[in-house]
Amino acid sequence: MSYGGERSGGREGRDGGGRDGGRGEGGGQRRPFFRRKKTCPFSGANAPKIDYKDVKLLQRFISERGKIVPSRITAVSNKKQRLLANAIKRARYMALLPYVLK
Amino acid sequence: MGARPEPFRSPNKGTDMALYEHLLIARQDISAQQVDALATHLKTIVEGEGGKVEKQEYWGLRGLAYRIKKNRKGHYVLLNINAPSKAVVELERQLKINEDVLRYITVGVDQFEVSSNKNRRDDRPEGERKAEGAEEEMAK
Repeated sequence: MSYGGERSGGREGRDGGGRDGGRGEGGGQRRPFFRRKKTCPFSGANAPKIDYKDVKLLQRFISERGKIVPSRITAVSNKKQRLLANAIKRARYMALLPYVLK
Repeated sequence: MGARPEPFRSPNKGTDMALYEHLLIARQDISAQQVDALATHLKTIVEGEGGKVEKQEYWGLRGLAYRIKKNRKGHYVLLNINAPSKAVVELERQLKINEDVLRYITVGVDQFEVSSNKNRRDDRPEGERKAEGAEEEMAK
């Protein structure tokens, strides 16, 4: 039973509850490529608001070269990624963030 | 999941007023007093068009991320404006003429955020420190 639960990683939330203990053991061994599902850093309670003036926040979402980091890496949701991209571009225009970093 | 946030009601509902966040960069060579004078000048423009400047925030002389018209630094001024759109049009027209102003941006917002000026100033030195660190690493 616990085995089935593990395989369908996506269902985890639904069948939760009593079998948790069984699943915890050795889950990593059987599924070496199991990746914890990351959640969007801008969703949920007390998530930061995306604002072009918040340089400290935006800096976490640009690469060393100054590029916007793709959402598949940062796990930002599609909707928030669009807002984030906009905010970064505004910040760049106002010279708060660089266009390129060498 | 969480509690649904209450629907936002603008205090300007039914009027021609709207909320704008206005951020501008002034030339590095002018003094803080001149920046202040500029800000009050802009305030009179907005008020002349029937608007209001709800908050005026001076961020100080900050380093720019890149050079603009040979300026490496600039005075940042943030204005929270509650005004009809024609006030913004007039404001931007004046700023285009003014050679002390390097850049400006006006963003319409639903609500003014409650920001702390202190926070803004803090993030500058850290950014610079990071940049310097990176340069040092490259040099090695």
